[in-house]
Amino acid sequence: MSITVSGLTKRFGQTDVLRGIELGVEQGELVALLGPSGSGKTTLLKIIAGLEWPDAGQLDVNGQDWLRLAAQERRIGFVFQNYALFPHMTVRDNLAFGLTVRPRAERPGRAVIAAKVDELLHFLQIVDLADRYPTQLSGGQRQRVALGRALAIEPNVLLLDEPFGALDAAIRRDLRRWLRGVHEATGSTTIFVTHDQEEAFELADRVVVMGAGRIEQIGHADAIHDHPASPFVARFMGATVELPVTLHAGRADGSGLDLSALERRALPDGPARLFVRPQDIAPRPDPAAPWRIASRTSNGAQLRLVLRHPDLGEAEADVPRRASAAEALTPDAAVRLTIEAGTIFPTDRRPGAASAEPVPLTSHKETAR
Amino acid sequence: MSTPAPPYGPSRRGERILIGLAVGLTVLFIAAPLAFIFVRAFSQGWQVYAANILHPATLHAIWLTTITAIIVVPLNVAFGIAAAWAVAKHRFPGRGILVTMIEIPFSISPIIAGICYLLLYGRQGLLGPWLQANDLQVMFALPGIVLVTMFVTAPFVAREVLPLMQAQGTEQEQAAVTLGANGWQVFRRVTLPNIKWALLYGAVLCTARAVGEFGGVSVVSGNIRGQTNTLPLHVELLFNDLNAVGAFAAASTLTLIAIVALVVKALLEGRKAA
Repeated sequence: MSITVSGLTKRFGQTDVLRGIELGVEQGELVALLGPSGSGKTTLLKIIAGLEWPDAGQLDVNGQDWLRLAAQERRIGFVFQNYALFPHMTVRDNLAFGLTVRPRAERPGRAVIAAKVDELLHFLQIVDLADRYPTQLSGGQRQRVALGRALAIEPNVLLLDEPFGALDAAIRRDLRRWLRGVHEATGSTTIFVTHDQEEAFELADRVVVMGAGRIEQIGHADAIHDHPASPFVARFMGATVELPVTLHAGRADGSGLDLSALERRALPDGPARLFVRPQDIAPRPDPAAPWRIASRTSNGAQLRLVLRHPDLGEAEADVPRRASAAEALTPDAAVRLTIEAGTIFPTDRRPGAASAEPVPLTSHKETAR
Repeated sequence: MSTPAPPYGPSRRGERILIGLAVGLTVLFIAAPLAFIFVRAFSQGWQVYAANILHPATLHAIWLTTITAIIVVPLNVAFGIAAAWAVAKHRFPGRGILVTMIEIPFSISPIIAGICYLLLYGRQGLLGPWLQANDLQVMFALPGIVLVTMFVTAPFVAREVLPLMQAQGTEQEQAAVTLGANGWQVFRRVTLPNIKWALLYGAVLCTARAVGEFGGVSVVSGNIRGQTNTLPLHVELLFNDLNAVGAFAAASTLTLIAIVALVVKALLEGRKAA
C-alpha cells in the first residue's frame, strides 16, 4: 500500500500540532518518523490510523481517500507505546480479537481463527505464552503480542508508536532486529514513531525528521547526519555547539577557529552560524588563541572539555582521553579549535523567527525536500 | 522469619488501647443496636415474628421496596455506565459541569429531592395539570417513589466506575477500533470486562441505598398503608402505632438485606482489588 499525505494540518486548542505535512510512503517501505516530543509525529501516525482527524489536508492510500473511512474500515495494524493489550484476555484471545469482531459474513470459522493464531504464535516465537494473561508477561513479550495482534488482521499498513519506548536497552536491540525480520517476512508497509535516532537509522529504510509540526528533512542516515537540512535537524542530530562565523567567497572564518577542513559553501558573504558536534571539535594548544579550557571531566573513554571565549561564551568538545594530544589539554590552557565537520546556515535576519529555512545547495538536493 | 515484638513497652500498650477503643466503640454504637433489632423482633417468639412479617401490609411494603429496587438499580447501572463513559472517554464542553452534577444527589438531603419532585409533579406542581389531564399518577404512587429513589441513588454506580475508566484511559478502546471492532463490540468485549467488578460493587451500594431510602420517599409516597408504604416507611409507621415487635420484625428484614449487601460488597472489594 502506498500512502500519500498532503497539506495536513492539525490544531489542538491554541497549538499547531501539524503545519502542512507532505509525505509519500512506498509499498513495502519501512519509514521512521523521528523527532523530539511535541513535534507532531504521533499525531501524524494517529491521523493515518484514523484515531485523530486533521483540520485540513489529504490522506490517500492506493488512490483511496482514507479521510472518508473510519478507523475500523482502514484495516491498519496499530501498536501502542504501552501495548494496550486486553488484560482480561489470554494471549491467544488477544491475538484472535481482530478476527472475532469481523461482521458475521466475513468472519472466519473458529477452526480457521485458531489455526491463524497458532501460526502467529509460532511466527512470533511465543507459543509457550499462549494461555497467559498480559500481566504475566515481560515488556518484550507484551510487545510481541501487541505486534501479533495487529498482524492478525493482515493489515494494509502497520503503524507503531514508540515501539521500544518502554523497554530496556538490551531488549530494545534484540526486538529491533526481530522487527526488521518481521517486516521483511510480511512485506507490509510500516511506519513507526521514535525519538531515538539510533533506532530510527538502524531500522528504517527512510527517516522523516519532524520538528514543531513540520517535516524538516527526509532521507537516509548518512545524509541526515552529514547534511542536516536545517538548524533544527543539526541540533537534533547532536550538533549542539553553535558558533558565529563570517563567510567570504564560500569560506568560513571565525575567532580562534581553524575551519580549513570544511567544504566551501554556496552561501552569500556575511555573518553565518556554524553547527558542530562536540566530538568534531579538536582543541589544539596555541598560546595566541582566544579560547581557554574552563573545565575538564572524564567519563573514562572521553574527555569533556568546556571551552570559554571572552566574547562568544562557552562551547563543549569531546576528545578521546587516551589521545596523545589530550595531555596538554589542561584547565586554563589556551587553545585554537579545529573544526573537523560541521554545517553552516545563514544567520536568520527575520526578527523572532525560530529557525532558518533549509539552504538549497546542490549537495542537499536529494535529501532536502 | 518472625518479627520480634518491639522492645519498648509504652507504644505497644498505646496500640492496644487504641485497638480496644475502636472495637469497643464499634460494638457499642453499631453491633449492639443491630443485634438489639433481632432480640426485640424475636422477643415474643417465632410465631409472633412470623405473623408480623406475614401481615399483608408488611408483605406489601416488602414487595413495594423490592419492585422499586428492581426498577431503580438497572436504570442507575445504565445511567452510571453512560455517564462515566461520557466523562472518562470523551472531551466535550460542559464535561466539568456534568461531573459535578453527577455528585449533586450526594450533597443534597433526600427530603429536598422529595420536595422538588412534589413541586414538579404534584397536583399543584409545574407538570401537575398536564399529568392530571392525561390521567397519569406520579405522586403518591410507584412512579414517584421510583423517581425519588433513582435521584438519591444515581451517583453510586458512576462514582465507582468513573475513576477506574479514567485510570484505564482510551488506548484499549482505540486498539479495539483499529482491529475492526464496532462501538458495541468495543463496549461489550473491552470496556465492560474492565469495569465489571467496580460495576457490581456500585450496583450493590446502589441496591442497599435504594432499599433503605426514607426521607425522599416519605415526601412523595403519601404513606398509604398497604399501597405506597415502602419498608423503611412501614417500620416507622409500625413504630408510631406502638407495635414494637412488628416494627422490629420489619426492621430485621431491612437489616438482613443490608447485611447481605455488605457481605457481597466485601467479597467484591476483594475481586476489585485483585
